[in-house]
Amino acid sequence: MSTVIKVENLSKQYRLGLVGSGTFKEDAKKWWAKMRGKENPYALEGEENNRSIKGGSDYVWSLKDINFEVQQGDVLGIVGRNGAGKSTLLKILSKVTAPTTGTVKAKGRIASLLEVGTGFHPELTGRENIFLNGAILGMKRHEIIRKLDEIIAFAGIERYIDTPVKRYSSGMYVRLAFAVAAHLENEILIIDEVLAVGDAEFQKKCIGKMGEVSQGEGRSVLFVSHNMSAINKLCNTAIYLENGMLENSGKTYDIIKHYNKKNSYISSGIDLINDRILRRGNGEVRFVEVSINNGSEFIDPNLPILFNFSIEVFNFIEDLCFFCSIYNAEGTEPITDSGLIQLTDNPLDIGYTNKFTFQINSSILRTGHYPVYLWLGKKGDEFEDDYPFDVLDKVYSLNILSDLPKKILGYDYSKPGGFFNINFKQL
Amino acid sequence: MGKSNENNAEWSTIITPKVNWFHLNIREIWEYRDLIRIFVRRDIVAIYKQTVLGPFWFMLGPLFTVFTYTFLFKEIAHLSTDGLPGPLFYLGGTTLWNYFNSCFNGASSTFSSNAGIFGKVYFPRLVSPISMVLSNLLKLSIQMFTYLCFFIYYLVQPDSIIEPNWCILLIPVIILVLGGVAMGFGIIISSFTTKYRDLNMLVGVFMTLLMYATPIMYPVSDIPPMYKTFLSLNPISPMIETFRYAFTGRGYFTVTSFMYSVVFMVTILVLGIFVFNKTEKTFMDTV
Repeated sequence: MSTVIKVENLSKQYRLGLVGSGTFKEDAKKWWAKMRGKENPYALEGEENNRSIKGGSDYVWSLKDINFEVQQGDVLGIVGRNGAGKSTLLKILSKVTAPTTGTVKAKGRIASLLEVGTGFHPELTGRENIFLNGAILGMKRHEIIRKLDEIIAFAGIERYIDTPVKRYSSGMYVRLAFAVAAHLENEILIIDEVLAVGDAEFQKKCIGKMGEVSQGEGRSVLFVSHNMSAINKLCNTAIYLENGMLENSGKTYDIIKHYNKKNSYISSGIDLINDRILRRGNGEVRFVEVSINNGSEFIDPNLPILFNFSIEVFNFIEDLCFFCSIYNAEGTEPITDSGLIQLTDNPLDIGYTNKFTFQINSSILRTGHYPVYLWLGKKGDEFEDDYPFDVLDKVYSLNILSDLPKKILGYDYSKPGGFFNINFKQL
Repeated sequence: MGKSNENNAEWSTIITPKVNWFHLNIREIWEYRDLIRIFVRRDIVAIYKQTVLGPFWFMLGPLFTVFTYTFLFKEIAHLSTDGLPGPLFYLGGTTLWNYFNSCFNGASSTFSSNAGIFGKVYFPRLVSPISMVLSNLLKLSIQMFTYLCFFIYYLVQPDSIIEPNWCILLIPVIILVLGGVAMGFGIIISSFTTKYRDLNMLVGVFMTLLMYATPIMYPVSDIPPMYKTFLSLNPISPMIETFRYAFTGRGYFTVTSFMYSVVFMVTILVLGIFVFNKTEKTFMDTV
């Protein structure tokens, strides 16, 4: 195995704020310093890039001293929170912008997919756009001609291929764009969360295609995503960025563990319970405390998951019900739910805290982050989210760490909704 | 420090912060010739999709201008046309100026109008202005066709005073010089305006002035001697006068002024490419 990408001491400095006469003054100073052979007065300035803290300097290091290597055939996952520097790194690697210091060396042609359908022109037909987009991505004309049929078939839009793309549905547009990208022959592919679009079936197809690219053809892929199940499935190594610094690198499994540890909602769920955006309801009944597996970091899906929650009642409520569902790792749709559970036969006493517990079996879940939706309301209102008593919408999530084979997707749509053997009781 | 001998030859791509002023990778641009071609095609096709007359609209604009000019400057103001028929005199200048102007406008907005693509994918940035100049060439050739129609019409008149001569062979050079100056000048402006937009405001005014300083609506022979030296600094003037001279035998053509324009074009193009190269690497951070 040989090294195909070598990143050495890579840093990128950005200036914050607006460009105006102030910037001009700084530029003039820099230029004056350069003319006299002195150092750039702003070169050493710059703070760690933490977007939530207001800094004193106008300069930040979006990336600072990044070092890593990619071997041939590797699929490297780049993970980190928003603003950790992932996109900046990809931009430098794809030559969209230059680094402030450091070097990147690569063997082979690099193709970057920071966006699907870059340069698509709405007035041109699908076929014309294949040529346009392919050429922008660096494909030769004869390469495109050779692969044209394959691309059209992959996109599955034969019928619309001679229609201007402005008439396409957004799904068709994305399919066409990804189909072009998937047929690039470059030795190195750089991909930024483009899989976040398209329907589930098409996503599966894309993931399959990317796996083929790295395993079958010995090409290297750099992949940025917030979707841990995609990272887990695709990548064999990964790096974790935080505030512009490389915090950890190694096997995907370890990096995901690191990521989940850093981004765990469970440990901080108590604070989030008061989050106004994630929480809503009229407050006649409220969740006081929720814990999942007693707050442990990771959940082993081979064992039942234990939920404990307590509620406080502020009004006499008849038919008080509880409902819980687990969302897919993308947080887009529920995979399974508890069904409506009536908490007690008689109204609960006002002012007292009541504790409940239940267990579910999670063996269908694979490694990933699964947001949890908790609902308190009146029987009959369960399909209307208008006036619940209390809703915790994805405040908590299940951090599943599974050793099950990657090949199987995290969940199975064909399975019926509803937890199997929910074991609900009042304490 | 013992690693300083490390062999860099095995790497095909090396990304560094440094910008080499004299780095013009013509080979790389050649590699992307398919992209240039397809950009040209896109520019041309996209404008006339969903129109019935298509490229014929290119003819209409200059025709209106020329008839307005003939009416205003020849009939009302009685400006000289070197004895040439009004439409023929004005159409030549307008056609060339339109070409120059649209090449310049396109090149000077290279960075701002392509920010979306440039921010997502790498290709040699010069591909954009080059393809833009080329796609204007098609527009020019359609307008040249209109010009030729007028030219032939006036040529076959029994009392024709038109005397085409060997200078017609210089037409490709004229077009090259106009495209070159427009692109060189345009990419300089484009590079400077990525960070500070002030220049954009100035450029609009400047182009209007330049148009009046170019013999489009008047012949060079009509300029009072005291202004002649000043106006001869304009590298566009010799091109338009040569063009007129080549087709009609009327106009002002000297080898010195022609060569001046050629040298000017080469200088500004080389300068433009250097400035452009310096900007293209980091413009995404400031645009």
